[in-house]
Amino acid sequence: MLDDFFIRALVAGLGIAFVTGPLGCFVIWRRLSYFGDTLAHSALLGVTLAYTLEFNIAISVFIISSLIALILIQLQKKTNLPGDALLGLLAHSSLAVGLVVIGFLTFIRFDIMGLLFGDILAVTVDDILIIWIGGPLILLVLKLIWKPLFASTVNYELAEAEGLNPDRAKAIFTILMAGIIAISIKMVGLLLITGMLIIPAAMARNISSSPQSMVIYSVLGGLLSVILGLFTSLQFNTSSGPSIIAASLFLFILSLVKIKQSIKLKN
Amino acid sequence: MSLNQNILVKLKQAGLRINGKWLVKGVSLQIEKGKIVTLIGPNGSGKSTTAKIALGIYKKIDGEVEKYTNKVGYVPQKISIDWTLPLRVNDFMVLTENLKDEAINEALSLTGVIHLKDKNLGDLSGGEFQRVLLARAISKKPDLLVLDEPVQGVDFTGEIALYELIKKISDELNCGILLISHDLHTVMSATDHVVCLNGHVCCSGSPLDVAKNNEYKALFGEQASQILTRYKHSHDHIHTNEGEIKKN
Repeated sequence: MLDDFFIRALVAGLGIAFVTGPLGCFVIWRRLSYFGDTLAHSALLGVTLAYTLEFNIAISVFIISSLIALILIQLQKKTNLPGDALLGLLAHSSLAVGLVVIGFLTFIRFDIMGLLFGDILAVTVDDILIIWIGGPLILLVLKLIWKPLFASTVNYELAEAEGLNPDRAKAIFTILMAGIIAISIKMVGLLLITGMLIIPAAMARNISSSPQSMVIYSVLGGLLSVILGLFTSLQFNTSSGPSIIAASLFLFILSLVKIKQSIKLKN
Repeated sequence: MSLNQNILVKLKQAGLRINGKWLVKGVSLQIEKGKIVTLIGPNGSGKSTTAKIALGIYKKIDGEVEKYTNKVGYVPQKISIDWTLPLRVNDFMVLTENLKDEAINEALSLTGVIHLKDKNLGDLSGGEFQRVLLARAISKKPDLLVLDEPVQGVDFTGEIALYELIKKISDELNCGILLISHDLHTVMSATDHVVCLNGHVCCSGSPLDVAKNNEYKALFGEQASQILTRYKHSHDHIHTNEGEIKKN
């Protein structure tokens, strides 16, 4: 069954959506969307490294993205530049360095479009294995750090005062972000991964009243986006990443209609 | 370890300096089981900072803090919650500890806000939110309660009831309480130990001792020493930018 490229893409995409759902909620709650972008942009460097050293792409991206996250934390401590400037600096310079390095690698034919926007033809059985082993692992770790991470998202001082060690939770969460980018880059593409994190979660925010329900809706929205997006991609021969993101945008717009209705009901 | 098993937190000459300026300096105090320690002092005298030092929120401090418990309930003076989070009172109650439903209901009933359990946290009034904050802090039956102006914004009758509740909790749970309050009436009637702060410890002791103390009189005015509600503040010394203290 996994011989069919479309089935492979579907299995991979659904695996990704299970992970981006809960992580995306934290990205919105903690206002980390630009941080996600920075990690994703740096992933290009990871990809080129993987090609150069003939290494697994997911692992290489994971290492580079974690490294960029570490550099960011150091820069935040040692400079007086505002956070968004540092993020922009790292995002664009790592993207630029990645592209320059690709320019040097003339002996390899690169599918830049596929790298930036995802390519369902590129999903292999190995990729599926990485997604379905790495994904549950990310979710398990997230469940373990949920309490301190969520408490410090609500209020850092409360979490710290009541002995939850929020700094450790934050550091682990950063690594999880690098993890999801690493496993989803082939499918969604590095320019659109943040969209996969944010848009289903944003849709979920519109229709939920508690953190738990937001996570559930976010996962459901992601799964639906993947199914809708991949069928569109197959039908109209479009890139997989943009198709999935466009589908999630469609769901987001639907959720806005729901808000409008509930406002009408209140009046 | 401390010889005295009842000690929950001990500050030894603790202080905090940020950008070369002392926020508070040389504070020594200890909080014991079943005792209420109250911090009083004018605005900017370092009360909240001292509470946060005791809680271990600040990492780079002067002096020493010894904390013997991790079961802590904290009501901060200011709390900014991001309302992009869909958070109901019920979700907020289990923020730092998993509680049984009965424990949640009991705490919310004690502070008189059980009817708000399923409401969105962002929809509460200031006083209601304050009651929820207090309920959350006591619901986990902590060893140590740190209450930074816990009744701000609460109506007059509610204020008295909540202070009585705090006293009751201290007796029933046998927990230690660090209280910050501007209400000298309450302070003097319900407290075991008063620490009067003004960037440093002006004086400390039993409420009666402190009320008789000259530095306290200078800080709060003559009338306050007769346990009055009038809150009058006059300085007997100047604080320089470096945090030094000069007598007038």
